[in-house]
Amino acid sequence: MIIDKEPTPAGTADLVKLTIPELEQMAATVRCDIIEMITEAQAGHPGGSLSAAEILTALYFRLMRINPTDPHWNDRDRFILSKGHACPVWYAVLAERGYYDKSHLMTLRKLDSILQGHADMKKTPGVDMTVGSLGQGFSAGIGMALSGKLRQKDYHVWVVVGDGECQEGAIWEAAMSGAKWKLDNITVVVDKNRIQNDTFVDDVMPIDPLPDKWKAFGWNVMEIDGHNMTAVVEALEKAKTIKGIPTVIIAHTVKGKGVSYMEDVPAWHGKAPSPELAEQALNEITGGAQK
Amino acid sequence: MTYHYIRPEVIANLSADDPFAGLKAQATRHAYAEAIIELAEENPNVVVLDADVSKSIKTNQFAEKFPERSFNFGIAEQNMMAAAAGMATTGLIPYVSTYAVFASMRALDQLRNSIHYPGLNVKVAASHSGITPGPDGVTHQAQEDLSLLRAVANSTVIAGADSVTTKMAVKAAADWEGPVYLSFTRDPVPLIYTDDFPYQIGKAVTVRDGDDVTIVALRDLVMHALIAAERLAAEGISARVIDCHTLKPLDEETILQAARETGGVVTAENNVIFGGLGSAVAELLVENHPIPMERIGVRDTFAESGPYMDLIHKYGLTYPHIMDAVKQVLARKTPVTA
Repeated sequence: MIIDKEPTPAGTADLVKLTIPELEQMAATVRCDIIEMITEAQAGHPGGSLSAAEILTALYFRLMRINPTDPHWNDRDRFILSKGHACPVWYAVLAERGYYDKSHLMTLRKLDSILQGHADMKKTPGVDMTVGSLGQGFSAGIGMALSGKLRQKDYHVWVVVGDGECQEGAIWEAAMSGAKWKLDNITVVVDKNRIQNDTFVDDVMPIDPLPDKWKAFGWNVMEIDGHNMTAVVEALEKAKTIKGIPTVIIAHTVKGKGVSYMEDVPAWHGKAPSPELAEQALNEITGGAQK
Repeated sequence: MTYHYIRPEVIANLSADDPFAGLKAQATRHAYAEAIIELAEENPNVVVLDADVSKSIKTNQFAEKFPERSFNFGIAEQNMMAAAAGMATTGLIPYVSTYAVFASMRALDQLRNSIHYPGLNVKVAASHSGITPGPDGVTHQAQEDLSLLRAVANSTVIAGADSVTTKMAVKAAADWEGPVYLSFTRDPVPLIYTDDFPYQIGKAVTVRDGDDVTIVALRDLVMHALIAAERLAAEGISARVIDCHTLKPLDEETILQAARETGGVVTAENNVIFGGLGSAVAELLVENHPIPMERIGVRDTFAESGPYMDLIHKYGLTYPHIMDAVKQVLARKTPVTA
């Protein structure tokens, strides 16, 4: 819907600010991309990709100062999907935003693809950090934010982590450092979909009370419904205005959101649907408009 | 001239009862701490990351001089290492300073996935490498760090013999695009080299000529290799000594040439015999020019607490052990006929 326009010159921001209904429509398109690419690959992580669709869509189509024709622009906002296994949602958003042709989505996880099983910054335009080993993307974001402060750059660093990922000790090392250096130029969004690889987070290793933990680590904490686009956009916009303290947004989400048989079902953490189930998923996401 | 780039007072001491006595010595970690300040004055992109051992490494001096470019992450090496990766994506050149056990093991996942896989321009400054932190005991003795780093793709692994070449390495690393692992000694080691040492990452240097056997050594065992060679000369054995300060990329040309010209090789490293210098040279020789070879290194054991020199002697890393290994090589080189 917004891709048909002249490319923005390198070194400047490509300003895109979709309305809430447009963002909702884009999130649905992204969800379809996720289902299609994982079905074609017959591997990947649909559940945690679908739960983060609103968050990434809002960032790339409303919040972030970026330029898809100049992905290495120094003054750009940075985005890191620290829960790197959910990269299909990242790949879909980057393709829809114009970083590369959508045809690449069908090459996910195949030989010679620019779209690796976990995101590779050297292969995929727009990927600001190689991720996959949980906890590390957040720390890399801390480094980017420190660099921004040192060089007096006004870019913002956006990081999405999972709630399961918060079991990693290094997440809390990074949280401590964000508070120490008062990094108000980084915002973390926790995609709190309550499910990890094996089963529910509560059963594997309880991480709640998550807001209290982040508060105790010195962060400004917001909580939202991660599928309410208005709430997502408002929280992200507000996070940028908070000064002197880093902000974390706990986004309550549903793993597998938008696909009835995947929603809240741990088995869909890392499994591809059959073509028949994919068809059903696409129909559900588009409200029957698919075909 | 038999020796190259070696200080005259070092040469004069090699056959003395105590070849280390009276020589100017410095822990190479402290050479790093000095060099990084000089480097930062020239290069505004250089920053230093610490993990609560800046007093030990003396990077606290950098912090005093460049407070805004110094970042102490506390006892949290994993976060520090991946944060360095993030900094490098923006064009900074982070030198990550900690002990080698933590850099190479606690944060190895971060080193591999966040730094070496994307090939980011992070320099790891690892003190207490090998069994140099004698009194601290096994938990602080990184006897495997060189092997571990060598196994990681895109890695460059450096182990300088003295302060002179360590300072050269610290500066050369900044001009080397991509990750570099610099290992340092905790304990003082003699200043071996003159300032005209031709330092180049990946280029081993022949520091003593010899025809009968080649000793390939790195870091603190280069001095022991020189002592061994001098004493072997008194027994009529001519040993070449190569300072292989860059473990990876290995200078295959220099080592192979020496192997062809001398017909026998001994490697010497303060590191386990698995996967480090001995392994690298053995792999090279087996595939190209198989000849008798012996490896000096920490065998399949952990060490213990003890004074540095006593400790490395007990674990078989000092010049008498190198001399024995040379003789074993020579015995195999010239089979005894009945």
